[in-house]
Parts: sequence; C-alpha cells; structure tokens
Amino acid sequence: MADHSRTTGTRVGGPGPVRHLLRLVVTTYLFLLVAWPLYLVGRNAFADGFVDLTAILTDPDVTHALRLTVVIAVAAVMINTVFGVGISILLVRYNFPGTRLLNALLDVPLSVSPIVVGLALVLVYGGREGWFGPTLEAAGLQIIFAVPGMVLATVFVALPLVIREVVPVLEELGDDQEQAARSLGANALQTFRRITLPSIKWGVIYGVVLSLARSLGEFGAVKVVSGNVLGQTRTATLVVEEKYLNFDKGGAYATAFLLALVAVASIIVVSALRPKEDR
Amino acid sequence: MSIEIANVGKRFGGFVALDDVSVSIPAGQLTALLGPSGGGKSTLLRIIAGLERADTGRVEIDGVDATSLPPQKRNVGFVFQHYAAFKHLSVRRNVAFGLEIRKRPKADIRNRVDELLALVHLEQFADRLPSQLSGGQRQRMALARALAVEPTVLLLDEPFGALDAKVRKELRDWLRRLHDEVHVTTVFVTHDQEEALEVADEIVVINEGRVEQIGPPDELYDRPANDFVMRFLGPVTQLGGLLVRPHDLQIHAGDGKPAAVPGRITRITRVGFEIRIEVTTNAGQVVAVTLTRNEFLALGLHDRASVHLTVAPDSPTVATTSRPRASASASLAASR
Repeated sequence: MADHSRTTGTRVGGPGPVRHLLRLVVTTYLFLLVAWPLYLVGRNAFADGFVDLTAILTDPDVTHALRLTVVIAVAAVMINTVFGVGISILLVRYNFPGTRLLNALLDVPLSVSPIVVGLALVLVYGGREGWFGPTLEAAGLQIIFAVPGMVLATVFVALPLVIREVVPVLEELGDDQEQAARSLGANALQTFRRITLPSIKWGVIYGVVLSLARSLGEFGAVKVVSGNVLGQTRTATLVVEEKYLNFDKGGAYATAFLLALVAVASIIVVSALRPKEDR
Repeated sequence: MSIEIANVGKRFGGFVALDDVSVSIPAGQLTALLGPSGGGKSTLLRIIAGLERADTGRVEIDGVDATSLPPQKRNVGFVFQHYAAFKHLSVRRNVAFGLEIRKRPKADIRNRVDELLALVHLEQFADRLPSQLSGGQRQRMALARALAVEPTVLLLDEPFGALDAKVRKELRDWLRRLHDEVHVTTVFVTHDQEEALEVADEIVVINEGRVEQIGPPDELYDRPANDFVMRFLGPVTQLGGLLVRPHDLQIHAGDGKPAAVPGRITRITRVGFEIRIEVTTNAGQVVAVTLTRNEFLALGLHDRASVHLTVAPDSPTVATTSRPRASASASLAASR
C-alpha cells in the first residue's frame, strides 16, 4: 500500500495551480479525517497530565487486558504471516483450477463485518451447539470464550493483509531467479530461504505491520467470541469501550492512546526503514 | 557429458510444443538449437535442464537417465535470456551461490569465484549489485555463476537476445573463445541463424516442435534437408521450381547458353558492397540475384538489359514444395 503513493509524481495533476489545489484538498481531507481526531485522542489522554495513564497502567485488570491484546495480536500475526506467504506463493507460482475463487474468498474477511465473523465462529466452534465445538471441548480444548477463539477471530479479520502485500511483489519478481537457484542446486526450501524470502522481504514486513496494527485494534469479532470476562478475556479494545460506557473517559482515552501509539509507531518505523530505491 | 534426447513430446494445453523429438548432443561441443520463435527450442532446453517436464520420452545426461530428476540434481548450468541475476546479492555472492549450496569450504569458494570473475572480466565489479552492471556484464556474471558449479552441461536460453547488436556480437565471439577454453558441453538456443552459423559446432534446426535437420553449420548451409532449412539459414530466391540463394545465381549479359533462363533486369539496388538485382524472367517470375560490386562492374549491367541466369555449379538448391510459403525472396524485396 505504501507504493501507490510513490507513483503519483509531478506528472499527474497538470501544472501549478491545479496541483497545489489538489494537494490542499487531500491534505485537508486527511487532516480532518485522520490526523486531527487522532491528535485529540492523544490530547484527551493527557488532559490531566500523566494521571490517567498511570491509573490504567497500575490497574491489574487493564494491564492484563493490554498483555492479552499483545499476546493475541502477536499469535495472530505469526499465523497470518506463515499462511499469508504460503498462500501468496500458491496463488502466484502455481496454476490450478479455482485460483480465482480462492482469490475472491481471500477478500471476504475485508468485506464482511467483524461482528459477523465473530458470530460465524461461534456457530462453528461454540462449546454447546457449534459444529466442532462440543467435540473439541470434550477433548479439553475450549475455543469460544477463550484465547484460542480470540486468536482465531483476529486471524480471520487480518487474513488478507499479508497476502495483498506479498502477491504483487511476487508477481513482479517473476520466477527466473527461483529457477536459476534450482538449476544451481538449491532445493525448494533453500530457494525460498535464500532467494524468494529476501526478495519479498519488504512486502512481508509491511504486511506484518499492517496485520499487527489491525490485530491490536480488532474489536467486533473479538467481542463476540471472547465473552468479555474481566481479567480473563477482556482485551484492550474492550477495556476502552467498557471505560467509555462507564463514564471513565480519562481511562478510555489513555488506553485508546496506547493502542493507537503502537499501531502508528510501527507503521512510521517501517516506512522510515524501507529503502527508497526498493523496487 | 553427452545428452541423449529420445522421443520427447510436450504439450501446453492444446498446443504441441515438441512432437516426438530425438536428438543426441555430442560431448564437449557447442551446439545451437536454432528455429523460429515458438518452435519449441526453448522448451527442449528447459526439459534438458529439468525446469520443464516432458510428457513423453527420455532425457539422458552423461549416460544417466535424468527424465524425472529435479533440476537441482542434474548438475546443469543454465543461463537465462533476462539474466535472472539474484538482485539482492553482490556479483561475488551471485557467482558463489551454487558453491555455497554445495557447502564447499569458504576458502575454496573464494578462490574459485575469483578465478571465474577473472575469466568473465568482472574482477573489479565483485562487490557491486547486479543492478549496477550493464546488460552484457550481467550476462557474463550469469555465465560465471552457471560455470561455478562445474556443470556437466551448460545450457543457454537466448543468452544474448536481450542485448543490443554490438554487445551481442562481442559476447558471441567471447562465448566461442570461452568454450574453446573450458570445453564444457554447451547447448544454446537462438533464433538468429547468423549467431548459430558463426558460433556453433553443430546446429539442430527445430520448427513447429520437430527437428528439421541436424549437422555442422557448413553441411546445413550447403546441403539443407528441405526448403524450411534452406529458407531459415539465409536469403533465398526462386528460379523455376528451384529454391536457390541469390548469391549462387550467375548472371550473363546478352544471349546465353541453352540451359540458361532468359529475362530482363527490372531493378538494381546497391547496398554498400552488395548489388541486388531483380530479374524478371520471360516466364514472368521475379528472381533476386546478388553480386559483389566488382562482379557487377565487370559485367557492365544496366536496367532493362536482357540477361540469362544460371545456378552456379555445386550450389545448394531445393525443389520448392507445391505450397508457396511466405518466401524469403519476398522479404528480401521488402527490405529494399
């Protein structure tokens, strides 16, 4: 996604005044929609100095929620990275019937409301009436209203992000280098590790960061499958909602600020690190 | 180190890329697979390398049945038209790749890579990235990389196709000299008959998935097996029912011998040292003749002059098939 902006150079938009006008419109739009509201969250979080931030960081329930959010997000990102890269390679390098169907299916998580995802997962993995749920629960594995279900929901929601970043890179790369590596004696794993992975590195990293940001902020699907049990399955986003509804605005803004900070920071760091001449 | 290809067939969907092809490629030689684009020559090369799987038939490399071996077990060096340089690795690491995979000791790898970089004249570029090299340099790097693993056979797929004419010619001479030094069995694919004639010890002409003729360049040129090979290897023109090269036609001013074909000069074009003459025979056939400048001046020919044509003795000729193809004489005319 970072690349689309790079192609809009000086050629587009014609000369002088039109370009400046366009630039002004876009900047204003982004400022009003993204930057200013986010800034206000930050300002509200620090309305009383560090009081609210200290309060939530010393509240064991909130710290538990923050820790849980990180654990779930990291687990979901790891799963999505492994499967995302795998599915991307499958989509680009292998021709098989159903490629288009698979491609369309991969966009479902982006288009379906997360809350629907949550309900769907309950239908399949629910402990009482779900499809698999009772069997798994009998085997001692609780999915819904437990961490595995929350990871599952987060994985589902962030599924396409790595794939959508990696597929175009793989397509542009072509398979010449991989074939050359094979002819030089490398097996499939060596070829992947030494040639494919370094070539798609930045696509993967960007996908990971987007997934991480998305996973940290997941709310709807997690709310349905978690059961929202205080100190057990309540994540940071659920804490924000809870505090906001209970008129603890300071706590809500402070937690929201932490969530936004991690997500924005990781995107900024990666954008800064990414080499300019890349691709 | 020889390559035996027996009854190999390959289809892509409904398209027959190779139709029962059998070729044996001798050890230690430089063999060209020559043919028009889409004729199946690249597919054959990729099947030898294991990058493509034959539907039918067998491939033997150095006496070993390689038909179902994956590419990494065939010990072939492959050079791609578009270099396939490992973009994230330096020139040195590119060349070292195959040796690193084979887990050779570091010092050995270093020495071998230095040796190869010297061979392809890239010593001073060892630490550059491929993107900092020109096309010709990249292709030499790719060649060094392929040679590093001491392959039993070296396969080159249109190796100079992406380079401009001047560099292509240089690299062509250089490949010939390199082969004389290294002596590895080499097969290269080209659609450029001049390249094949100049560089190869042996040429395999492939068209529409079949082998048309196999032989040394001189034999192919002097004794083409059919009109396709005749047309593909050089310019041709038609005299009566015979396909003949324009420079093998002799032109006689005035009245000639009884066997000669009478006609009239309808066009004279001079291209540098070469004079291209168009003769319309009394039967109405347009025949192209090429002469050197000196021959032309000695004969004292001029436009509208009536002349006689004969085929020079021992010249290669092929009877034309009844079906007239898009002929090379037409393209010769068009190139004026």
